[in-house]
Amino acid sequence: MPVQFRSLIEEHLAVRTRAGLFDVSHMGEISVTGPDALPLLQRLTPNDVSRLAEGEAHYSALLTPRGTFVDDVLVYRRGPDRFFLCVNASNTEKDFQWIRGQAAGEVEVEDVSGDYAQLALQGPRAVAILARVADQAVGGIPSFHFIEGTVRGAPAILSRTGYTGEDGFEIYLPPAEAERIWTALLEAGKDDGLVPAGLGARDTLRLEARLPLYGNDIDETVTPLEAGLGFIVRLAKGEFLGSEVLRQQKERGVDRRLAGFEMTGAGIARHGYPLRVGGREAGAVTSGTFAPFLKKSIGLAYLPSASAAVGQEIDVMIRDKAVPGRVVQTPFYKRPS
Amino acid sequence: MTDKQAAYPTDRHYTREHEWIAVQGGVGTVGITYYAQSELGDVVFVELPEKGQALVAGEEFGTIESVKAVSEVYAPVSGEVLEGNPSLREHPEKVNSDPYGEGWLLKVRIGSPKELEGLLSAEQYHAFVEEEAN
Repeated sequence: MPVQFRSLIEEHLAVRTRAGLFDVSHMGEISVTGPDALPLLQRLTPNDVSRLAEGEAHYSALLTPRGTFVDDVLVYRRGPDRFFLCVNASNTEKDFQWIRGQAAGEVEVEDVSGDYAQLALQGPRAVAILARVADQAVGGIPSFHFIEGTVRGAPAILSRTGYTGEDGFEIYLPPAEAERIWTALLEAGKDDGLVPAGLGARDTLRLEARLPLYGNDIDETVTPLEAGLGFIVRLAKGEFLGSEVLRQQKERGVDRRLAGFEMTGAGIARHGYPLRVGGREAGAVTSGTFAPFLKKSIGLAYLPSASAAVGQEIDVMIRDKAVPGRVVQTPFYKRPS
Repeated sequence: MTDKQAAYPTDRHYTREHEWIAVQGGVGTVGITYYAQSELGDVVFVELPEKGQALVAGEEFGTIESVKAVSEVYAPVSGEVLEGNPSLREHPEKVNSDPYGEGWLLKVRIGSPKELEGLLSAEQYHAFVEEEAN
């Protein structure tokens, strides 16, 4: 998948105002099945898998015993004992070994990445476009739900999820069908202004929507509570890997947390740039970009909790110059409802 | 602008770092090439030196940022900065839409005209780009 097809900004704006089609076949897929699949996933992930109905998905994570991210994942429930995880491409092997190493009892863990291509159709026109090529009705599928249906005869998981902050679908299908369906979708969406979009736009879109990127914003050194992802932590469900650390963090509060900022001075904050509070080094930018829809420079960084409140003045060190910015409310962009 | 003629105007000199300089009297206008802007993608920020600052041939004088990348720009010749393009502050995208015209970066008083002889012609630059692209 290319970084961009024509113009990253045009692709980004197309997704915000019309629709964009991404080939995200690089994503990994792991199936977890069997009578002990549910207890295994309950132990490995902080969200409450027992609350998932068949045909429902949720955002979650694989956590270490320290409560930090092995990966962030989508968990799909395909049946009482059948689950499907969408994981980050570069973590697929690590995740697979991790889950298999933790598995006990009657459960089969399989890396099925080779069986799936994935297309993401995202934007306000996405649902109308997919409706023209899907063989089942898709408009009534609620957010974070999916059906196992067909698109122009090709078997597909049609999941109302995404990584852009827009409405839309992620479509899992056999690799051999991917090109045909890619072309069919682009054709069906032509009059709606659907464009093919690349990894570059995917990154700026997800950052405007404050969706974390593994390796940048989250990794094995931070917990979901520090990353501002408390909504995936269900301590009430009982013990799971990392639950003790997370319980303590919840009671005492976190020492640092992932804060969103925007630049008030001229310059673009980028991954790795040092960040100062009151002239003292206080962290580093985990993700930063020029936000094409908001038309400003935005970023994320871990800041000491005492310095992470909205309105806090910060400086980002850009080529040895302190350029001012301030902590703002996130998500930076929220789609109109 | 897809035809080769427009992509490499013959009325100026080029560098291997993908800058161009057009000379009139003792003053050079400096910008980046069509190829450079297409490689960078959408330009969203341009940082230029102040008026009066000295330029040294081959040394970095400013920064151009696209959404995806940061790129330094290098002085084709030595001299003194007369002005930076004031319209790029509000409209950095001009570097993409008109790299050889409204998207110019700097005007410079050329210190040593002899340095121009070391730069590439349009034809040489074209050949250089073809080579680099392959």
